[in-house]
Amino acid sequence: MNILAAESENPLLPPLGEIIIGLIAFGIVLLVMFKFVAPRFEQVFRARREAIEGGIERAEAMQTEAKAALEQYRAQLAEARNEAAQIRDQARAEGQQILEELRSQAQEESARIVARGAEQLASQRQQVINELRGQIGALAVDLASRVVGESLAEEARRRGTVDRFLAELDDMATSGEGAR
Amino acid sequence: MTSSALALGGVLAAEGSGDGFQAPGLGEFYPEVVANFSVLGIDFAITRITIILWVATLALVAFLVATVRNPQIVPGKLQYVGESGYSLVRDGIARDVIGPKGLPFAPFLGALFFFILANNLMAIIPFAQISPMSKFAFPLVLAAICWVMYIWIGIREQGAGKYFKDILFLPGVPKPMYILVTPIEILQNFVVRPFTLAVRLFANMFAGHMLLVVFSLGAVYLFQVGNYSIVFGPISALMAIVMTFFELLVIFLQAYVFTVLMGTYLNGSIEAEH
Repeated sequence: MNILAAESENPLLPPLGEIIIGLIAFGIVLLVMFKFVAPRFEQVFRARREAIEGGIERAEAMQTEAKAALEQYRAQLAEARNEAAQIRDQARAEGQQILEELRSQAQEESARIVARGAEQLASQRQQVINELRGQIGALAVDLASRVVGESLAEEARRRGTVDRFLAELDDMATSGEGAR
Repeated sequence: MTSSALALGGVLAAEGSGDGFQAPGLGEFYPEVVANFSVLGIDFAITRITIILWVATLALVAFLVATVRNPQIVPGKLQYVGESGYSLVRDGIARDVIGPKGLPFAPFLGALFFFILANNLMAIIPFAQISPMSKFAFPLVLAAICWVMYIWIGIREQGAGKYFKDILFLPGVPKPMYILVTPIEILQNFVVRPFTLAVRLFANMFAGHMLLVVFSLGAVYLFQVGNYSIVFGPISALMAIVMTFFELLVIFLQAYVFTVLMGTYLNGSIEAEH
């Protein structure tokens, strides 16, 4: 029986033919693996990694972009607020200035009006005084001539008398004003 | 099931002659020659086992090509299966065991893993039911390739001087200890590693096949003997089924262990030890 015949074989002593067959078979698998299977798998792994990483990268880029936009808006808002505050301050200052200016102008005007009034008053007063002086002189001469009974109108001396008298009156008035 | 049938024939013959149960022997692994031919005096007899080897190899090649024929980013079922196996080796062994320089070895380790797995699987596939890896020649071929490769890579990566010096005089060992350590290291690196690599795979598949055959033939025999044996027949049949599942575990485990060990040897060759 061939079973018994085979018993004599040592299982740890391989026939050369089987070794060569094994080499060829494994060589075929190696060749297919190196030339065809492994590169394709690597390609798929790479594509998959890129797809995943690309997605994450895109999301990150978007997020940073959004953050940058937000920062920009915030900065712009702060700037606008600053500007508004500045404008308000400036307007307030300008208003103050205008007010001051108007006030001083008004004061000037009023001072001028007052001065003009005083001047007018003074000139009118002078006019009145001059008029009165003339009238008083005439009245006094008239009265004196009536009292004395003779006309002193033409007399040069008489004119001097009247003038002197009036100057005295003036002096009295001015000294009275100075005392007051 | 020619080999089992052959053994069964033997059993029945033994029954007929009243010799009792004849356990299957080494004849299991030396099936009848289907066709004889030799080249340059080397015997290339075509047997069941070489046919199974070619069937497994061609089926594996067909499977691998099919998985990557139309690769998609979102894998289909077939691509997913192939990819899982390749990723197991590429990420789990080439990248994690060998290290950052390991990825170029992924195709080699992948071929190793798939080749062993495909051949081992023949051990439980009906009508084949014997793994070519239970013939010492095939594990020996793989171990020899690995042996040459990890020594060559060690010389290439570290330089011949440093590689052999580190093996002969393990760094960090007190000088007197070299008397003890150096012979062990030489034996370990150049003899024990490839031999254990080959024998581990061969012995597992060999013993697994013997277990399955003994339980299956035992069940058949017990059923035929009749009387009390008929009680133990189902137990033997059940054990044959249980051992088939156990064998499935061993098939994957041995393919993985072979590849992982080759990964660690390559790691030792690439990175200077300690």
